[in-house]
Amino acid sequence: MKQGELTGIIGVNGIGKSTLLRTLAQVQPALAGTILLHNTPLERYTSKELASIVSIVLTETIPSKNLTVLELISLGRQPYTNWIGSLSTADKEKIEEAIEMVGLSDLQHKKCYELSDGQLQRVMIGRALAQDTELILLDEPTSHLDLYHKVQLLKLLHHVAHTTKKTILFTSHEIEIALQLCDQMLILNNLDNPFGSPETLISQKQFEKLFPTDTLRFDADTNSFKVS
Amino acid sequence: MNENKNYVFPFVLLGIVLVVCFGINISLGSVNIPLKDSLSIVFGNTAEKESWEYIIWNYRLPKAITAMLVGAGLSLSGLLMQTLFRNPLAGPFVLGISSGASLGAAILIMGSSLFSSIVAFEFINSVSLAIASSVGSIIVLIAVMIVASKIKDTMALLIIGLMFGSITAAVVSILSYFTNAEKLQQYIYWSFGSVGNLSWSQILLLTVIIGIAILISLLTLKSLNAFLLGENYAKSMGVHIKKSRYLIIIATGLLAGGATAFAGPVAFIGLAVPHLTRQIFSTTDHRVLMPAVLLYGAILLLICDTLAQVPSSAYVLPLNAITAIIGAPVVIWLLVRKRKMVF
Repeated sequence: MKQGELTGIIGVNGIGKSTLLRTLAQVQPALAGTILLHNTPLERYTSKELASIVSIVLTETIPSKNLTVLELISLGRQPYTNWIGSLSTADKEKIEEAIEMVGLSDLQHKKCYELSDGQLQRVMIGRALAQDTELILLDEPTSHLDLYHKVQLLKLLHHVAHTTKKTILFTSHEIEIALQLCDQMLILNNLDNPFGSPETLISQKQFEKLFPTDTLRFDADTNSFKVS
Repeated sequence: MNENKNYVFPFVLLGIVLVVCFGINISLGSVNIPLKDSLSIVFGNTAEKESWEYIIWNYRLPKAITAMLVGAGLSLSGLLMQTLFRNPLAGPFVLGISSGASLGAAILIMGSSLFSSIVAFEFINSVSLAIASSVGSIIVLIAVMIVASKIKDTMALLIIGLMFGSITAAVVSILSYFTNAEKLQQYIYWSFGSVGNLSWSQILLLTVIIGIAILISLLTLKSLNAFLLGENYAKSMGVHIKKSRYLIIIATGLLAGGATAFAGPVAFIGLAVPHLTRQIFSTTDHRVLMPAVLLYGAILLLICDTLAQVPSSAYVLPLNAITAIIGAPVVIWLLVRKRKMVF
């Protein structure tokens, strides 16, 4: 993967998108094989070292929604703060940057339980940004959001990847939007798992094979799925 | 999280309230000693009546200090439990940890008459009682943790905690059935809860136990904040999950076990105080919550103890009853007002 690119992972339910992402983040141990990060196996990193390289946004809801937006995003600085977690001026700048980038400056003193799903998702992305890692992994960041917010969120990720030169990897079921915004895509199909730019994958007719054609077919002219 | 200055005022206020409650606590009792005299005795001056000095130094001052230590300890253990289990209803009681402490105490007090032929149980003193209670609470806590690692559903975990409580209660009943009246009475008095009758050396021991537990909790401050987002996020932010978990468990075991050993099972403080504190400080940052919970717990138990004393009478009510009578309505009030328990 290249720096500063937005990569989408797609595939049918249960194919292992989340498992892949969670393994990459070392939230769960690898089922098989080795993952190399900067040519070093992932297990060799301590959780603290990894925390400054990889950050995540998961599908699970956070247990405490009593945190304010600012408090939650500040937690992203944990890998860099001292034992008691006090924030330095540099930390505070990073936090402010992250809040601005996800457009939450007006809401930063709100409690998380007061936010909509879309806003909360942006808070979680802000926290990952504050963690200031080269790689950000997001597991289905667009679920539970309406079409407008889905597009808004993926556009945000696209913008973040290109401006901050961070590598962003996300799983999604929004193939049509992802086609328009991703730099690279990975299709999990249990066969050859093709990886490439949306244009290449379309020309290889990879999307035609994604779903059973008697239910759904891919229309290459409009880059969208049609009910058969 | 950034603006720590906002918290100076509430902390000063809590400090003042603590001092006032402390003064009232030592001046009220079966013998009324004016507040002014009580305080001057504490500060080392001689009093009008020599008996007052004796009462304050040998009875009321130790009791007030114990109340503060126990209140602070139980409240902190409640805070740690609520964050670790990510459950607003967690507390030393709900998860059976205090029951574990009771079991430890029961086995020591009543088991001694059953097994006296095997081991000489001549050492039922404060130290052995404290050890037995702490071991009991840590065993139950570890059992709850093992189950917690297998079960993700926190409601199920709570029910399992209650079941552990029932099991320990059952074992205590069986022990009581076979024990003699004198031992049974000793155990029942212990289970009423009381912060009185501790010698200065016992208080020193309790201070050391609670002090160590607070130091351990301080080490987990950062991970406690991370745990608010769940263990997966905490791990992704570099928190050593296993180590932090063990530290939190040990601290909780010491706090709940130590407090329960010396004061008996004091109900509701551990559950109610963290919630009250969150209402006042309106933050989730444990760097603020931890000292606030300690202060708050000390204040609340001082007040409960003052009430249990039934001012100007010779009666002393079971402390446990007072904390429940005050604590339970507080929890109900919080639920009704907020509709849900945010934490």
